[in-house]
Amino acid sequence: MTHWRSDPPHATAHDLQLARLAAIGLALSLLESAIPSPLPGIKPGLANIVTLIALHQLGWRAAAWVSLLRIVGAGVLLGSLFTPGFWLSLAGGTGSLLMLGLASRLPVRYFSLLSHSMLAGMAHLAGQLLLARLWLIPHDGVWQLLPPLMLSSLLASMATGLLTLTLLEQHPSCQAKPLP
Amino acid sequence: MRLALFKAGDLLIATLLAASCFGSFYFLWYQRGQASHVLLYQHGQLVKRWPLRLDSQFALHGPLGATLVEIRQGRARIAADPSPRQYCVQQGWLSRPGSTALCLPNRTAITLEGDSGHDSLAF
Repeated sequence: MTHWRSDPPHATAHDLQLARLAAIGLALSLLESAIPSPLPGIKPGLANIVTLIALHQLGWRAAAWVSLLRIVGAGVLLGSLFTPGFWLSLAGGTGSLLMLGLASRLPVRYFSLLSHSMLAGMAHLAGQLLLARLWLIPHDGVWQLLPPLMLSSLLASMATGLLTLTLLEQHPSCQAKPLP
Repeated sequence: MRLALFKAGDLLIATLLAASCFGSFYFLWYQRGQASHVLLYQHGQLVKRWPLRLDSQFALHGPLGATLVEIRQGRARIAADPSPRQYCVQQGWLSRPGSTALCLPNRTAITLEGDSGHDSLAF
């Protein structure tokens, strides 16, 4: 049997697990970029499922690694690295990661992943709009985009949150196992 | 599929966010307020701030000639401009806070300002 020695010897099992999750997120990002969207900036954000699973199972640091690796990787593969779209994506990712850090402190008894997803979706939008206002379109007209983007972001984050809950509930194989 | 996947707090957050979403539609799209003043710019500098309730005409002077601004019935427009493509003239009457007509070749512009001096909400 062929033995593949593709894994660098110094990569720990934890690194490999993060890389694997980031790769799944990357695949979802690429898949999603092929779906035509009615408006630029409106997309389902399926890759966030992976970030949510990483947060839930491995903690915030893992979620941050998975999310940022996926954003940079998608930039490289889609050829949008260091373009405005990439920076918007990074601003959104940073906003949602900060919010996930706060939201994961909510009492588990009353708040599930769905709350984390919705709050992170709002923070994603806030990060993007702030960057757009400060850098890309320095005019207050940018806020006119808020209502439709907020609606789509809310619907998308609800959908990804519910999808993640269902996946973790019904398909235990989706659970990234915390390593010792 | 069990419906008890999510918890009570999730419903609370969903309700709050949905309410603020409708609120954003209401405040940013439906109820934008009235424009109260027109700001006139020349070479990027503010040269005049004029209340829209007073009908008037102004000339702004740029490198190509005079841009004619007309204020009538609470609205403002660029009535004439020497710029080759006439974009700012074709914009017609401006009546909402924040709307702008920009005559770039002649380096002149007008912007409407809302009642409170700001035309948007920042969170």
